[in-house]
Amino acid sequence: MTETLTSGGRSPRARRLFARPETGAAVAALVILVFFLAVAPAFRSADSFFTVLYQSSTIGVVATGVGLLMIGGEFDLSAGVMVTTAGLANSMFCWWFGIDLWVGALLSLALCLFIGFLNGYLVMRTGIPSFLITLGTFFVLQGANLGLTKVITGSVTAPDISRMDGYGFLGKIFASSFEVGGVTVWGTVLWWLAFTALAAWVLHRTRTGNWVFAVGGSADSARAVGVPVDRTKIGLFMAVSFLGWFAGMHTLYRFNTLQAGNGVGNEFLYIIAAVVGGTLLTGGYGNAIGVAIGAFIFGMTSLCIVYAGWDPNWFKAFLGVMLLLAVLVNLYVKGLATSAGPARKAEAP
Amino acid sequence: MIRTGKVMLAAVCALAVLTACSEGGRVKQPDEGEGGAGDNSGYTIAMITHETPGDSFWDTVRAGAEQAAKNTGIDLKYSNDPDAGKQAVLIQNAVDSRVDGIATTLVTPDALAGSVKAAADAGIPLVGLNAGIDDYQRLGAQMFFGSDETVAGTAAGERIAAEGAKHPLCVIHQAGSVSLEARCAGVASKLPGTENLQVNGADDAAVVSTLQAKLAQDDSIDYVVGLSAPIALDAIKALDASGSDAKLAAFDLNQATAQAIQDGSLEFAVDQQPYMQGFMAVTSLYLNLKNGNDLGGGEAVLTGPSFVDGDNIDQILPFVQNGTR
Repeated sequence: MTETLTSGGRSPRARRLFARPETGAAVAALVILVFFLAVAPAFRSADSFFTVLYQSSTIGVVATGVGLLMIGGEFDLSAGVMVTTAGLANSMFCWWFGIDLWVGALLSLALCLFIGFLNGYLVMRTGIPSFLITLGTFFVLQGANLGLTKVITGSVTAPDISRMDGYGFLGKIFASSFEVGGVTVWGTVLWWLAFTALAAWVLHRTRTGNWVFAVGGSADSARAVGVPVDRTKIGLFMAVSFLGWFAGMHTLYRFNTLQAGNGVGNEFLYIIAAVVGGTLLTGGYGNAIGVAIGAFIFGMTSLCIVYAGWDPNWFKAFLGVMLLLAVLVNLYVKGLATSAGPARKAEAP
Repeated sequence: MIRTGKVMLAAVCALAVLTACSEGGRVKQPDEGEGGAGDNSGYTIAMITHETPGDSFWDTVRAGAEQAAKNTGIDLKYSNDPDAGKQAVLIQNAVDSRVDGIATTLVTPDALAGSVKAAADAGIPLVGLNAGIDDYQRLGAQMFFGSDETVAGTAAGERIAAEGAKHPLCVIHQAGSVSLEARCAGVASKLPGTENLQVNGADDAAVVSTLQAKLAQDDSIDYVVGLSAPIALDAIKALDASGSDAKLAAFDLNQATAQAIQDGSLEFAVDQQPYMQGFMAVTSLYLNLKNGNDLGGGEAVLTGPSFVDGDNIDQILPFVQNGTR
């Protein structure tokens, strides 16, 4: 594990701080925040800030799971469309059979967990990289979303659920908002923070967390010292699908209806959030708070370009530059921690 | 793991039985017979579109085409690909399999020109629909059914201007789409203050927060123009959340937007009548094969812009619910 740096030129405390995965992301977030506060007057209000937090939370909830999975050394490309699958399953099942929404929500949860399990099981069983397995799942789900929706409802839009039983209650759980001092706060923001806190706790305070780092660092040595590698990785895939399901429930209960083709492309946003947040693409390094900051950077950048009133045609280009800058600042800060000679050698395996 | 799954499934099934009967579910209808078929003409017609899978607009186009095929006893082969090169290959396939007629969208005229010419060389009548109004004649299509996006955008702009708007926001949900840009350009031709905004159309939450951000950044926006039905629905949420009193217009219809027009949260929708595009493309090919007719005499037949607003929504809503409008 790269986190256990001890010796070096700087004071140990500063070194420890710089070596944490989220420090770089936090510095980058701060730089971007100050920059946009300077150039985008519309961003300087509590309302705007909470809109950014909402946007970050819709990415951040799933990114938390994707980040854990990446620390565990695997990818999930099916996470984006799984969010849509979750919503569609709930909505169409209840519409077709005329039953309560909460039954559909549980069924949808079971389905998502099953997909996550299958992803993990196939990866562990076949040894094929998760990139390929979940790419397959991605296509299957994308096609099934469209095909089944069309067969069941006769169109590519899921039916409106707002008049079905259970809508009010589930809506409160997944898609509620409340006012604090005249500012609208979405429940998803709180859920996002809660999931992040839980993930951080599991990673750093429990044995399971140690297993995650171990299987991501080197699965073979982890197995050799008795870590249940298969169980840990399958569990991580299922954690991603649980959070995907949660995000899907939010989208469904906020918008009442879903387009069957939605969600494509979001899998990369989750991965970007995790990487910007200091998670290594090679696994074994990262943490949940960093991923949350990564999601915040993404949410802030994508909306602040609008707050700044920049030419919308350049949207993606600005976004790309911002994200690259975030990663560079991240790297630079991490570099500060590892620049003094001995530490770098010490961390090499 | 597997046992937990079984228990869960059993529990879910039990719940399903216990809690049956919920509002807003499917209306169970008796099976309809295969009525309405005309003579079996024996023609085979291929329809090839640039439909991106998952867009409700194309369902309606296809529903129109299928009804026309049923009426005239035509065997309709539908295929689609949003990628220009692959759409060209699909047209070539239709030519190679010697269909009697081809209906195709001409969204990327230059990429499709070769295949369209192959159809002409093989003596297969070809009509254009939906997109390609400026190029169908050059490519050799005999007829065209669709809406001129610039005309539609201009008509919308005219109407918005008449309502007193100064600074509309035109929401583009698919970066780089020629037809969406044309609509916004049409609006801008009547209202120079029009501003475009790019959003990620595949993520409703992102669309809402991006719109919210824009409305917060510029409170002089007095009209929002959504270029598809789902985007218009997201815009309703964004307008609510931001407390803006801007009005809202949409392009194209679906059930929820039709409902929103009735409720008054959406001022009007510009309808290009996709059902008619599919229906007329197939029907005209049938008449051309059977009777040598050409509709429009070589000129494009416009299916829009037709406005749906508070005045005519009561008449149109049932058709939207039916999936034919």
